[in-house]
Amino acid sequence: MFPRPIQQAPRASRIAYQVALPVALLLWLLPLLGVAMTSVRPASDLAQGNYFGMPSYLAFENYADVFRNSPIAHYILNSFKVTIPTVIGCLVLSCMTGFALAIYKFRSNLLVFFLFVAGNFVPFQILMVPVRDLTLSLGLYNSTLGLALFHIAFQTGFCTLFMRNFIKALPFELIEAARVEGVSEVRIFWFIVLPLMRPAIAALSVLIFTFIWNDYFWATVLTTSAETQPVTAGLNSLNGQWVAAWHLVSAGSIIAALPPVVMFFAMQKHFIAGLTLGAVK
Amino acid sequence: MQAYWKRSQRKLAPWLFLAPGLAMFALYVIIPIFQSMAISFYDWDGLGEKIWIGTANYVELIDDDAFYTSLKNNVIWLVLYLLAVPAGLMIAIFLNQTVWGIRAYKSLFFFPFVISQVVVGLMFSWFYAPNFGLFYKLIETVTGDGVAILADERFVTYGIIVAGLWPQIAYVMILYLTGLNNVAPDQVEAARLDGAKGWRMLWYVILPQLRPATFIAVVVTVIGALRSFDLVSIMTNGGPYGSSRVLSFYMYEQALSEYGYRMGYGAAIAVVLFAIMMVFISGFIWKMWRDETER
Repeated sequence: MFPRPIQQAPRASRIAYQVALPVALLLWLLPLLGVAMTSVRPASDLAQGNYFGMPSYLAFENYADVFRNSPIAHYILNSFKVTIPTVIGCLVLSCMTGFALAIYKFRSNLLVFFLFVAGNFVPFQILMVPVRDLTLSLGLYNSTLGLALFHIAFQTGFCTLFMRNFIKALPFELIEAARVEGVSEVRIFWFIVLPLMRPAIAALSVLIFTFIWNDYFWATVLTTSAETQPVTAGLNSLNGQWVAAWHLVSAGSIIAALPPVVMFFAMQKHFIAGLTLGAVK
Repeated sequence: MQAYWKRSQRKLAPWLFLAPGLAMFALYVIIPIFQSMAISFYDWDGLGEKIWIGTANYVELIDDDAFYTSLKNNVIWLVLYLLAVPAGLMIAIFLNQTVWGIRAYKSLFFFPFVISQVVVGLMFSWFYAPNFGLFYKLIETVTGDGVAILADERFVTYGIIVAGLWPQIAYVMILYLTGLNNVAPDQVEAARLDGAKGWRMLWYVILPQLRPATFIAVVVTVIGALRSFDLVSIMTNGGPYGSSRVLSFYMYEQALSEYGYRMGYGAAIAVVLFAIMMVFISGFIWKMWRDETER
Protein backbone atom coordinates (compact mmCIF):
# COMPACT_ATOMS: atom_id res chain seq x y z
CA MET A 1 0.00 0.00 0.00
CA PHE A 2 1.14 3.51 -0.78
CA PRO A 3 1.61 5.69 1.13
CA ARG A 4 2.67 3.67 4.18
CA PRO A 5 -0.36 3.10 6.43
CA ILE A 6 -0.60 5.83 9.04
CA GLN A 7 -1.08 3.17 11.72
CA GLN A 8 2.62 2.32 11.38
CA ALA A 9 3.67 5.94 11.86
CA PRO A 10 4.68 7.45 15.20
CA ARG A 11 1.91 8.60 17.52
CA ALA A 12 2.52 12.27 16.79
CA SER A 13 2.02 11.83 13.03
CA ARG A 14 -1.11 9.81 13.65
CA ILE A 15 -2.63 12.59 15.69
CA ALA A 16 -1.49 15.19 13.17
CA TYR A 17 -3.19 13.21 10.40
CA GLN A 18 -6.44 12.92 12.33
CA VAL A 19 -6.41 16.68 12.86
CA ALA A 20 -5.38 17.48 9.28
CA LEU A 21 -8.25 15.49 7.75
CA PRO A 22 -11.17 17.61 8.98
CA VAL A 23 -9.22 20.85 8.58
CA ALA A 24 -8.39 20.03 4.95
CA LEU A 25 -11.99 19.07 4.29
CA LEU A 26 -13.26 22.29 5.79
CA LEU A 27 -10.95 24.37 3.60
CA TRP A 28 -11.82 22.30 0.54
CA LEU A 29 -15.55 22.78 0.97
CA LEU A 30 -15.35 26.42 2.09
CA PRO A 31 -17.15 27.91 -0.94
CA LEU A 32 -19.90 25.32 -0.55
CA LEU A 33 -20.28 25.91 3.17
CA GLY A 34 -20.37 29.65 2.59
CA VAL A 35 -23.22 29.29 0.13
CA ALA A 36 -25.08 26.83 2.36
CA MET A 37 -24.82 29.32 5.24
CA THR A 38 -25.95 32.21 3.08
CA SER A 39 -28.95 30.25 1.89
CA VAL A 40 -30.40 30.17 5.41
CA ARG A 41 -29.44 33.72 6.32
CA PRO A 42 -32.32 36.19 6.51
CA ALA A 43 -32.19 39.09 4.07
CA SER A 44 -32.05 41.51 6.99
CA ASP A 45 -28.68 40.06 8.05
CA LEU A 46 -27.22 40.74 4.62
CA ALA A 47 -28.59 44.26 4.65
CA GLN A 48 -26.84 44.89 7.96
CA GLY A 49 -23.57 43.51 6.65
CA ASN A 50 -23.68 40.33 8.69
CA TYR A 51 -22.17 38.08 6.03
CA PHE A 52 -20.08 35.67 8.05
CA GLY A 53 -21.32 35.81 11.63
CA MET A 54 -24.00 33.53 12.96
CA PRO A 55 -27.30 34.12 11.15
CA SER A 56 -29.67 35.86 13.54
CA TYR A 57 -32.02 32.94 12.87
CA LEU A 58 -32.27 30.10 10.36
CA ALA A 59 -34.26 31.58 7.52
CA PHE A 60 -35.68 28.56 5.73
CA GLU A 61 -38.18 31.02 4.31
CA ASN A 62 -35.53 31.80 1.66
CA TYR A 63 -36.25 28.40 0.17
CA ALA A 64 -39.98 28.96 0.35
CA ASP A 65 -39.44 32.35 -1.29
CA VAL A 66 -37.51 30.83 -4.14
CA PHE A 67 -40.28 28.35 -4.83
CA ARG A 68 -43.03 30.91 -4.45
CA ASN A 69 -41.52 33.78 -6.43
CA SER A 70 -39.71 32.01 -9.23
CA PRO A 71 -40.50 29.26 -11.72
CA ILE A 72 -37.82 27.03 -10.16
CA ALA A 73 -40.24 24.15 -9.61
CA HIS A 74 -40.99 24.27 -13.31
CA TYR A 75 -37.30 24.41 -14.18
CA ILE A 76 -36.69 21.31 -12.10
CA LEU A 77 -39.56 19.51 -13.77
CA ASN A 78 -38.04 20.43 -17.15
CA SER A 79 -34.69 19.07 -16.05
CA PHE A 80 -36.31 15.75 -15.26
CA LYS A 81 -38.15 15.83 -18.58
CA VAL A 82 -34.81 16.14 -20.34
CA THR A 83 -32.71 13.91 -18.11
CA ILE A 84 -34.84 10.80 -17.74
CA PRO A 85 -35.57 10.22 -21.46
CA THR A 86 -31.90 10.86 -22.18
CA VAL A 87 -30.76 8.22 -19.70
CA ILE A 88 -33.18 5.65 -21.11
CA GLY A 89 -32.45 6.53 -24.74
CA CYS A 90 -28.68 6.37 -24.32
CA LEU A 91 -28.83 3.07 -22.51
CA VAL A 92 -31.01 1.45 -25.16
CA LEU A 93 -28.82 2.65 -28.02
CA SER A 94 -25.49 1.97 -26.37
CA CYS A 95 -26.34 -1.52 -25.12
CA MET A 96 -26.81 -2.43 -28.76
CA THR A 97 -23.83 -0.54 -30.20
CA GLY A 98 -21.60 -1.76 -27.38
CA PHE A 99 -22.73 -5.33 -28.00
CA ALA A 100 -22.12 -5.05 -31.74
CA LEU A 101 -18.63 -3.64 -31.29
CA ALA A 102 -17.56 -6.00 -28.52
CA ILE A 103 -18.84 -9.33 -29.85
CA TYR A 104 -18.46 -9.21 -33.64
CA LYS A 105 -15.27 -9.10 -35.62
CA PHE A 106 -15.70 -7.16 -38.83
CA ARG A 107 -13.35 -5.02 -40.80
CA SER A 108 -14.55 -1.56 -39.84
CA ASN A 109 -15.14 -2.47 -36.19
CA LEU A 110 -12.35 -0.39 -34.71
CA LEU A 111 -13.07 2.45 -37.12
CA VAL A 112 -16.68 2.71 -35.96
CA PHE A 113 -15.60 2.39 -32.35
CA PHE A 114 -13.11 5.23 -32.59
CA LEU A 115 -15.64 7.33 -34.46
CA PHE A 116 -17.81 7.16 -31.34
CA VAL A 117 -14.88 7.85 -29.05
CA ALA A 118 -13.55 10.79 -31.05
CA GLY A 119 -17.00 12.30 -31.54
CA ASN A 120 -17.42 12.27 -27.80
CA PHE A 121 -14.45 14.65 -27.41
CA VAL A 122 -15.26 17.33 -29.99
CA PRO A 123 -16.01 20.88 -28.83
CA PHE A 124 -19.72 21.58 -28.57
CA GLN A 125 -19.37 24.76 -30.60
CA ILE A 126 -18.59 22.89 -33.81
CA LEU A 127 -21.99 21.22 -33.49
CA MET A 128 -23.91 24.23 -32.28
CA VAL A 129 -25.13 25.95 -35.45
CA PRO A 130 -26.12 22.80 -37.40
CA VAL A 131 -27.74 21.14 -34.37
CA ARG A 132 -29.76 24.24 -33.61
CA ASP A 133 -30.77 24.35 -37.25
CA LEU A 134 -31.72 20.68 -37.29
CA THR A 135 -33.77 21.08 -34.12
CA LEU A 136 -35.52 24.11 -35.63
CA SER A 137 -36.40 22.24 -38.80
CA LEU A 138 -37.73 19.30 -36.80
CA GLY A 139 -40.02 21.77 -35.05
CA LEU A 140 -38.46 20.84 -31.72
CA TYR A 141 -36.61 24.07 -30.98
CA ASN A 142 -37.35 25.31 -27.48
CA SER A 143 -38.75 21.97 -26.32
CA THR A 144 -37.47 19.46 -23.79
CA LEU A 145 -37.75 16.71 -26.40
CA GLY A 146 -35.46 18.54 -28.82
CA LEU A 147 -32.87 18.94 -26.09
CA ALA A 148 -33.21 15.31 -25.00
CA LEU A 149 -32.79 14.02 -28.57
CA PHE A 150 -29.49 15.82 -28.94
CA HIS A 151 -28.26 14.57 -25.57
CA ILE A 152 -29.22 10.99 -26.44
CA ALA A 153 -27.23 11.16 -29.66
CA PHE A 154 -24.19 12.82 -28.15
CA GLN A 155 -23.97 10.72 -24.99
CA THR A 156 -24.24 7.56 -27.08
CA GLY A 157 -20.57 8.16 -27.92
CA PHE A 158 -19.40 7.91 -24.34
CA CYS A 159 -21.87 5.15 -23.47
CA THR A 160 -20.74 3.06 -26.42
CA LEU A 161 -17.13 3.31 -25.27
CA PHE A 162 -18.20 2.24 -21.81
CA MET A 163 -20.51 -0.61 -22.82
CA ARG A 164 -18.16 -2.00 -25.44
CA ASN A 165 -15.28 -2.21 -22.96
CA PHE A 166 -17.56 -3.74 -20.36
CA ILE A 167 -18.89 -6.46 -22.68
CA LYS A 168 -15.41 -7.12 -24.00
CA ALA A 169 -14.39 -8.11 -20.46
CA LEU A 170 -17.16 -10.71 -20.18
CA PRO A 171 -16.17 -14.35 -20.82
CA PHE A 172 -16.54 -14.90 -24.56
CA GLU A 173 -17.00 -18.67 -24.06
CA LEU A 174 -20.58 -17.97 -22.99
CA ILE A 175 -21.42 -16.62 -26.42
CA GLU A 176 -19.54 -19.32 -28.27
CA ALA A 177 -21.32 -22.01 -26.29
CA ALA A 178 -24.68 -20.46 -27.11
CA ARG A 179 -23.81 -20.25 -30.79
CA VAL A 180 -22.88 -23.93 -30.83
CA GLU A 181 -26.32 -24.61 -29.38
CA GLY A 182 -27.80 -22.67 -32.29
CA VAL A 183 -29.12 -19.73 -30.27
CA SER A 184 -29.87 -16.75 -32.50
CA GLU A 185 -27.82 -13.57 -32.18
CA VAL A 186 -30.78 -11.55 -30.93
CA ARG A 187 -31.47 -14.08 -28.21
CA ILE A 188 -27.81 -14.10 -27.23
CA PHE A 189 -28.02 -10.34 -26.80
CA TRP A 190 -31.28 -10.42 -24.90
CA PHE A 191 -30.90 -13.51 -22.70
CA ILE A 192 -27.17 -13.88 -22.18
CA VAL A 193 -25.40 -10.55 -22.46
CA LEU A 194 -28.04 -8.08 -21.28
CA PRO A 195 -28.54 -9.68 -17.84
CA LEU A 196 -24.78 -9.53 -17.27
CA MET A 197 -24.72 -5.83 -18.08
CA ARG A 198 -26.66 -4.75 -15.02
CA PRO A 199 -23.69 -3.17 -13.22
CA ALA A 200 -22.73 -1.21 -16.35
CA ILE A 201 -26.30 -0.05 -16.81
CA ALA A 202 -26.48 1.11 -13.19
CA ALA A 203 -23.17 2.94 -13.45
CA LEU A 204 -24.08 4.68 -16.68
CA SER A 205 -27.53 5.71 -15.49
CA VAL A 206 -26.15 7.67 -12.55
CA LEU A 207 -23.34 9.17 -14.60
CA ILE A 208 -25.52 10.27 -17.50
CA PHE A 209 -28.15 11.57 -15.12
CA THR A 210 -25.56 13.81 -13.51
CA PHE A 211 -23.96 14.93 -16.78
CA ILE A 212 -27.27 15.86 -18.35
CA TRP A 213 -28.71 17.47 -15.24
CA ASN A 214 -25.64 19.69 -15.07
CA ASP A 215 -25.55 20.56 -18.76
CA TYR A 216 -25.75 24.27 -19.31
CA PHE A 217 -24.46 24.97 -22.81
CA TRP A 218 -27.07 23.02 -24.76
CA ALA A 219 -29.80 24.21 -22.47
CA THR A 220 -29.02 27.80 -23.43
CA VAL A 221 -28.67 26.96 -27.12
CA LEU A 222 -31.80 24.86 -27.59
CA THR A 223 -34.27 26.27 -25.07
CA THR A 224 -35.23 29.88 -24.44
CA SER A 225 -38.30 30.15 -22.23
CA ALA A 226 -39.19 29.34 -18.65
CA GLU A 227 -41.64 26.70 -19.91
CA THR A 228 -38.84 24.59 -21.34
CA GLN A 229 -35.54 25.62 -19.73
CA PRO A 230 -33.87 23.15 -17.41
CA VAL A 231 -32.72 24.30 -14.02
CA THR A 232 -29.12 25.19 -14.99
CA ALA A 233 -30.23 27.70 -17.61
CA GLY A 234 -33.09 28.80 -15.39
CA LEU A 235 -30.78 29.49 -12.49
CA ASN A 236 -28.69 31.73 -14.71
CA SER A 237 -31.68 33.84 -15.70
CA LEU A 238 -32.81 34.00 -12.06
CA ASN A 239 -29.32 35.16 -11.14
CA GLY A 240 -29.85 38.04 -13.53
CA GLN A 241 -33.12 38.97 -11.82
CA TRP A 242 -31.93 38.60 -8.25
CA VAL A 243 -29.10 41.08 -8.48
CA ALA A 244 -27.21 40.96 -5.18
CA ALA A 245 -30.00 38.97 -3.49
CA TRP A 246 -27.42 36.42 -2.46
CA HIS A 247 -29.67 34.64 0.02
CA LEU A 248 -32.02 33.76 -2.85
CA VAL A 249 -29.23 32.92 -5.31
CA SER A 250 -27.71 30.59 -2.72
CA ALA A 251 -30.97 28.88 -1.90
CA GLY A 252 -31.70 28.47 -5.61
CA SER A 253 -28.23 27.01 -6.21
CA ILE A 254 -28.66 24.48 -3.46
CA ILE A 255 -32.05 23.41 -4.80
CA ALA A 256 -30.63 23.03 -8.32
CA ALA A 257 -27.66 21.00 -7.09
CA LEU A 258 -29.67 18.67 -4.91
CA PRO A 259 -30.96 15.96 -7.29
CA PRO A 260 -27.54 14.89 -8.64
CA VAL A 261 -26.10 15.11 -5.13
CA VAL A 262 -28.79 12.79 -3.78
CA MET A 263 -28.22 10.50 -6.74
CA PHE A 264 -24.49 10.48 -6.06
CA PHE A 265 -24.76 9.64 -2.39
CA ALA A 266 -27.42 7.00 -3.02
CA MET A 267 -25.52 5.26 -5.81
CA GLN A 268 -21.94 6.16 -4.90
CA LYS A 269 -20.47 2.79 -5.70
CA HIS A 270 -21.91 2.71 -9.21
CA PHE A 271 -21.07 6.33 -9.84
CA ILE A 272 -17.41 5.87 -9.04
CA ALA A 273 -17.22 2.55 -10.85
CA GLY A 274 -18.53 4.31 -13.93
CA LEU A 275 -16.23 7.28 -13.68
CA THR A 276 -13.06 5.32 -13.09
CA LEU A 277 -13.61 2.68 -15.74
CA GLY A 278 -10.32 2.37 -17.54
CA ALA A 279 -8.34 4.01 -14.74
CA VAL A 280 -7.01 0.56 -13.86
CA LYS A 281 -5.96 -2.15 -16.21
CA MET B 1 -35.35 -15.33 -47.15
CA GLN B 2 -35.24 -17.27 -43.94
CA ALA B 3 -32.39 -19.38 -45.21
CA TYR B 4 -30.49 -16.27 -46.18
CA TRP B 5 -30.99 -14.81 -42.70
CA LYS B 6 -29.83 -18.06 -41.07
CA ARG B 7 -26.72 -18.13 -43.19
CA SER B 8 -25.63 -14.55 -42.83
CA GLN B 9 -27.11 -13.38 -39.57
CA ARG B 10 -23.69 -13.17 -37.97
CA LYS B 11 -22.59 -10.81 -40.73
CA LEU B 12 -25.69 -8.68 -40.60
CA ALA B 13 -26.33 -8.67 -36.86
CA PRO B 14 -23.61 -6.17 -35.91
CA TRP B 15 -24.89 -3.62 -38.42
CA LEU B 16 -28.47 -4.07 -37.27
CA PHE B 17 -27.41 -3.54 -33.68
CA LEU B 18 -25.35 -0.52 -34.67
CA ALA B 19 -27.93 1.09 -36.94
CA PRO B 20 -30.04 3.15 -34.50
CA GLY B 21 -27.11 4.40 -32.42
CA LEU B 22 -24.93 5.11 -35.40
CA ALA B 23 -27.74 6.91 -37.22
CA MET B 24 -28.42 9.21 -34.26
CA PHE B 25 -24.73 9.84 -33.73
CA ALA B 26 -24.16 10.61 -37.39
CA LEU B 27 -27.16 12.93 -37.56
CA TYR B 28 -26.32 14.95 -34.45
CA VAL B 29 -22.54 14.72 -34.21
CA ILE B 30 -20.64 13.57 -37.30
CA ILE B 31 -22.57 15.37 -40.03
CA PRO B 32 -22.83 18.69 -38.11
CA ILE B 33 -19.03 18.84 -37.91
CA PHE B 34 -18.83 19.00 -41.68
CA GLN B 35 -21.83 21.30 -41.92
CA SER B 36 -20.09 23.74 -39.57
CA MET B 37 -17.01 23.64 -41.73
CA ALA B 38 -19.14 24.49 -44.74
CA ILE B 39 -21.01 27.28 -42.93
CA SER B 40 -17.71 28.90 -42.01
CA PHE B 41 -17.32 29.95 -45.66
CA TYR B 42 -20.62 31.81 -45.69
CA ASP B 43 -22.03 35.02 -44.36
CA TRP B 44 -25.24 33.95 -42.65
CA ASP B 45 -27.51 35.36 -39.97
CA GLY B 46 -29.20 32.02 -39.35
CA LEU B 47 -32.45 32.93 -41.08
CA GLY B 48 -31.92 34.62 -44.41
CA GLU B 49 -29.94 33.70 -47.47
CA LYS B 50 -26.46 32.23 -47.06
CA ILE B 51 -23.90 34.25 -48.98
CA TRP B 52 -20.71 32.55 -50.08
CA ILE B 53 -17.74 34.66 -49.04
CA GLY B 54 -14.93 32.15 -49.32
CA THR B 55 -12.27 32.53 -46.67
CA ALA B 56 -13.36 36.04 -45.66
CA ASN B 57 -14.38 34.86 -42.18
CA TYR B 58 -10.95 33.42 -41.57
CA VAL B 59 -9.25 36.52 -42.95
CA GLU B 60 -11.30 38.58 -40.53
CA LEU B 61 -10.25 36.31 -37.66
CA ILE B 62 -6.58 37.04 -38.32
CA ASP B 63 -7.13 40.72 -37.55
CA ASP B 64 -9.56 40.21 -34.68
CA ASP B 65 -8.09 41.21 -31.31
CA ALA B 66 -10.92 39.51 -29.44
CA PHE B 67 -9.98 36.27 -31.16
CA TYR B 68 -6.40 36.53 -29.92
CA THR B 69 -7.55 37.36 -26.39
CA SER B 70 -9.71 34.25 -26.43
CA LEU B 71 -6.92 32.14 -27.88
CA LYS B 72 -4.46 33.38 -25.26
CA ASN B 73 -6.97 32.65 -22.51
CA ASN B 74 -7.48 29.16 -23.90
CA VAL B 75 -3.74 28.54 -23.60
CA ILE B 76 -3.74 29.82 -20.00
CA TRP B 77 -6.71 27.58 -19.24
CA LEU B 78 -4.99 24.57 -20.74
CA VAL B 79 -1.72 25.06 -18.89
CA LEU B 80 -3.20 25.89 -15.49
CA TYR B 81 -5.96 23.31 -15.75
CA LEU B 82 -3.32 20.60 -16.00
CA LEU B 83 -2.35 21.48 -12.43
CA ALA B 84 -5.42 19.45 -11.52
CA VAL B 85 -3.45 16.30 -12.31
CA PRO B 86 -0.65 16.67 -9.69
CA ALA B 87 -3.06 18.33 -7.24
CA GLY B 88 -5.52 15.46 -7.57
CA LEU B 89 -2.69 12.97 -7.09
CA MET B 90 -1.56 14.72 -3.90
CA ILE B 91 -5.04 14.68 -2.40
CA ALA B 92 -5.49 11.05 -3.41
CA ILE B 93 -2.25 10.12 -1.66
CA PHE B 94 -3.29 12.12 1.38
CA LEU B 95 -6.61 10.28 1.56
CA ASN B 96 -5.34 6.79 0.74
CA GLN B 97 -5.42 5.55 4.33
CA THR B 98 -7.67 3.27 6.29
CA VAL B 99 -8.76 5.28 9.30
CA TRP B 100 -12.18 5.67 10.77
CA GLY B 101 -14.56 7.63 8.55
CA ILE B 102 -12.19 7.81 5.59
CA ARG B 103 -14.86 6.74 3.13
CA ALA B 104 -17.00 9.70 4.10
CA TYR B 105 -13.97 11.98 3.68
CA LYS B 106 -13.31 10.61 0.22
CA SER B 107 -16.86 11.19 -0.96
CA LEU B 108 -16.98 14.67 0.54
CA PHE B 109 -13.73 15.58 -1.19
CA PHE B 110 -15.23 14.31 -4.44
CA PHE B 111 -18.41 16.31 -3.87
CA PRO B 112 -17.57 19.41 -6.00
CA PHE B 113 -17.54 17.27 -9.15
CA VAL B 114 -21.17 16.30 -8.73
CA ILE B 115 -22.37 19.88 -8.59
CA SER B 116 -23.29 21.70 -11.79
CA GLN B 117 -20.74 24.19 -13.10
CA VAL B 118 -23.47 26.80 -12.98
CA VAL B 119 -23.68 26.35 -9.23
CA VAL B 120 -19.88 26.23 -8.90
CA GLY B 121 -19.71 29.49 -10.85
CA LEU B 122 -22.27 31.17 -8.60
CA MET B 123 -20.46 29.91 -5.49
CA PHE B 124 -17.16 31.36 -6.61
CA SER B 125 -18.79 34.63 -7.72
CA TRP B 126 -20.00 34.95 -4.15
CA PHE B 127 -16.57 33.95 -2.87
CA TYR B 128 -14.90 36.71 -4.94
CA ALA B 129 -17.65 39.31 -4.53
CA PRO B 130 -16.28 42.78 -3.87
CA ASN B 131 -16.73 44.22 -0.37
CA PHE B 132 -18.17 41.15 1.31
CA GLY B 133 -16.88 38.03 -0.50
CA LEU B 134 -14.83 35.69 1.65
CA PHE B 135 -11.83 35.87 -0.67
CA TYR B 136 -12.10 39.64 -1.02
CA LYS B 137 -12.11 39.99 2.78
CA LEU B 138 -9.13 37.70 3.08
CA ILE B 139 -7.06 39.73 0.61
CA GLU B 140 -8.19 42.92 2.28
CA THR B 141 -7.00 41.67 5.68
CA VAL B 142 -3.65 40.52 4.33
CA THR B 143 -2.76 43.38 1.97
CA GLY B 144 -5.02 46.13 3.29
CA ASP B 145 -6.59 46.50 -0.12
CA GLY B 146 -9.33 44.30 -1.55
CA VAL B 147 -9.24 43.07 -5.14
CA ALA B 148 -12.42 42.53 -7.13
CA ILE B 149 -11.08 39.51 -8.98
CA LEU B 150 -13.89 39.20 -11.51
CA ALA B 151 -13.88 42.88 -12.41
CA ASP B 152 -10.13 43.12 -12.90
CA GLU B 153 -8.75 42.34 -16.34
CA ARG B 154 -5.46 41.16 -14.88
CA PHE B 155 -6.95 38.47 -12.64
CA VAL B 156 -10.31 37.55 -14.04
CA THR B 157 -9.24 34.54 -16.11
CA TYR B 158 -7.19 33.13 -13.25
CA GLY B 159 -10.12 33.60 -10.90
CA ILE B 160 -12.38 31.59 -13.21
CA ILE B 161 -9.76 28.89 -13.69
CA VAL B 162 -9.50 28.41 -9.92
CA ALA B 163 -13.25 27.82 -9.86
CA GLY B 164 -12.85 25.29 -12.68
CA LEU B 165 -9.98 23.53 -10.95
CA TRP B 166 -12.08 22.83 -7.89
CA PRO B 167 -14.32 20.15 -9.47
CA GLN B 168 -11.57 19.01 -11.84
CA ILE B 169 -9.17 18.22 -8.99
CA ALA B 170 -11.94 16.20 -7.36
CA TYR B 171 -12.36 14.20 -10.56
CA VAL B 172 -8.64 13.50 -10.94
CA MET B 173 -8.47 12.58 -7.26
CA ILE B 174 -11.08 9.87 -7.63
CA LEU B 175 -9.25 8.45 -10.67
CA TYR B 176 -6.02 8.24 -8.68
CA LEU B 177 -7.72 6.83 -5.58
CA THR B 178 -8.97 3.96 -7.70
CA GLY B 179 -5.53 3.61 -9.25
CA LEU B 180 -3.76 3.58 -5.89
CA ASN B 181 -6.17 0.93 -4.69
CA ASN B 182 -4.89 -1.35 -7.42
CA VAL B 183 -1.17 -0.77 -7.03
CA ALA B 184 0.52 -4.15 -6.59
CA PRO B 185 1.37 -4.46 -2.87
CA ASP B 186 4.22 -6.92 -3.43
CA GLN B 187 6.06 -4.46 -5.65
CA VAL B 188 5.69 -1.74 -3.05
CA GLU B 189 6.96 -4.07 -0.31
CA ALA B 190 9.88 -5.19 -2.46
CA ALA B 191 10.82 -1.59 -3.20
CA ARG B 192 10.57 -0.79 0.51
CA LEU B 193 12.99 -3.60 1.32
CA ASP B 194 15.35 -2.03 -1.21
CA GLY B 195 15.12 1.20 0.77
CA ALA B 196 12.86 3.17 -1.58
CA LYS B 197 10.57 5.71 0.05
CA GLY B 198 8.90 9.06 -0.34
CA TRP B 199 9.43 10.81 -3.68
CA ARG B 200 11.66 8.11 -5.15
CA MET B 201 9.09 5.47 -4.33
CA LEU B 202 6.35 7.61 -5.86
CA TRP B 203 8.33 8.37 -9.02
CA TYR B 204 9.87 5.00 -9.77
CA VAL B 205 7.42 2.50 -8.35
CA ILE B 206 3.97 4.03 -7.93
CA LEU B 207 3.62 6.39 -10.89
CA PRO B 208 4.48 3.80 -13.54
CA GLN B 209 1.69 1.65 -12.14
CA LEU B 210 -0.70 4.60 -12.20
CA ARG B 211 -0.14 5.14 -15.93
CA PRO B 212 -3.72 4.30 -17.03
CA ALA B 213 -5.16 6.65 -14.41
CA THR B 214 -2.76 9.40 -15.47
CA PHE B 215 -3.72 8.95 -19.12
CA ILE B 216 -7.43 9.34 -18.40
CA ALA B 217 -6.78 12.24 -16.02
CA VAL B 218 -4.82 14.11 -18.71
CA VAL B 219 -7.45 13.37 -21.37
CA VAL B 220 -10.39 14.62 -19.32
CA THR B 221 -8.44 17.65 -18.09
CA VAL B 222 -7.30 18.76 -21.54
CA ILE B 223 -10.78 18.29 -23.00
CA GLY B 224 -12.32 20.03 -19.99
CA ALA B 225 -9.97 23.00 -20.32
CA LEU B 226 -10.70 23.52 -24.00
CA ARG B 227 -14.42 23.05 -23.49
CA SER B 228 -14.62 25.63 -20.70
CA PHE B 229 -17.73 27.66 -21.34
CA ASP B 230 -20.13 27.41 -18.43
CA LEU B 231 -17.97 29.18 -15.86
CA VAL B 232 -17.04 32.04 -18.18
CA SER B 233 -20.66 32.52 -19.13
CA ILE B 234 -21.92 32.39 -15.53
CA MET B 235 -19.21 34.30 -13.72
CA THR B 236 -18.32 37.16 -16.08
CA ASN B 237 -20.14 36.72 -19.38
CA GLY B 238 -16.74 37.21 -20.98
CA GLY B 239 -16.08 40.51 -19.24
CA PRO B 240 -14.74 42.87 -18.13
CA TYR B 241 -14.42 44.24 -21.69
CA GLY B 242 -14.17 40.74 -23.12
CA SER B 243 -10.96 39.99 -21.25
CA SER B 244 -12.08 36.61 -19.91
CA ARG B 245 -13.45 35.23 -23.18
CA VAL B 246 -12.31 31.85 -24.38
CA LEU B 247 -12.83 30.52 -27.91
CA SER B 248 -15.89 28.48 -26.99
CA PHE B 249 -17.51 31.51 -25.40
CA TYR B 250 -16.49 33.92 -28.14
CA MET B 251 -18.00 31.61 -30.73
CA TYR B 252 -21.30 31.54 -28.85
CA GLU B 253 -21.25 35.30 -28.44
CA GLN B 254 -20.74 35.86 -32.17
CA ALA B 255 -23.21 33.28 -33.37
CA LEU B 256 -26.04 33.38 -30.88
CA SER B 257 -26.29 36.23 -28.45
CA GLU B 258 -27.51 39.77 -28.22
CA TYR B 259 -24.37 40.87 -30.06
CA GLY B 260 -25.62 39.35 -33.25
CA TYR B 261 -26.27 36.24 -35.23
CA ARG B 262 -23.10 35.84 -37.24
CA MET B 263 -23.35 32.10 -37.76
CA GLY B 264 -20.64 32.00 -40.44
CA TYR B 265 -18.10 33.86 -38.34
CA GLY B 266 -19.01 31.79 -35.29
CA ALA B 267 -18.57 28.61 -37.30
CA ALA B 268 -15.11 29.78 -38.36
CA ILE B 269 -14.14 30.26 -34.69
CA ALA B 270 -15.55 26.82 -33.92
CA VAL B 271 -13.50 25.29 -36.71
CA VAL B 272 -10.33 26.79 -35.22
CA LEU B 273 -11.21 25.42 -31.79
CA PHE B 274 -12.02 22.08 -33.37
CA ALA B 275 -8.65 22.03 -35.14
CA ILE B 276 -6.85 22.70 -31.86
CA MET B 277 -8.78 19.96 -30.10
CA MET B 278 -8.27 17.55 -32.96
CA VAL B 279 -4.52 17.67 -32.30
CA PHE B 280 -5.14 16.33 -28.80
CA ILE B 281 -7.95 13.99 -29.79
CA SER B 282 -5.79 12.39 -32.51
CA GLY B 283 -3.07 11.84 -29.93
CA PHE B 284 -5.46 10.13 -27.53
CA ILE B 285 -7.02 8.03 -30.25
CA TRP B 286 -3.62 7.03 -31.58
CA LYS B 287 -2.60 5.77 -28.14
CA MET B 288 -5.89 3.95 -27.62
CA TRP B 289 -5.63 2.43 -31.08
CA ARG B 290 -2.15 1.12 -30.28
CA ASP B 291 -3.32 -0.39 -26.98
CA GLU B 292 -6.28 -1.94 -28.75
CA THR B 293 -4.39 -3.55 -31.62
CA GLU B 294 -1.55 -4.78 -29.40
CA ARG B 295 -3.89 -6.83 -27.28
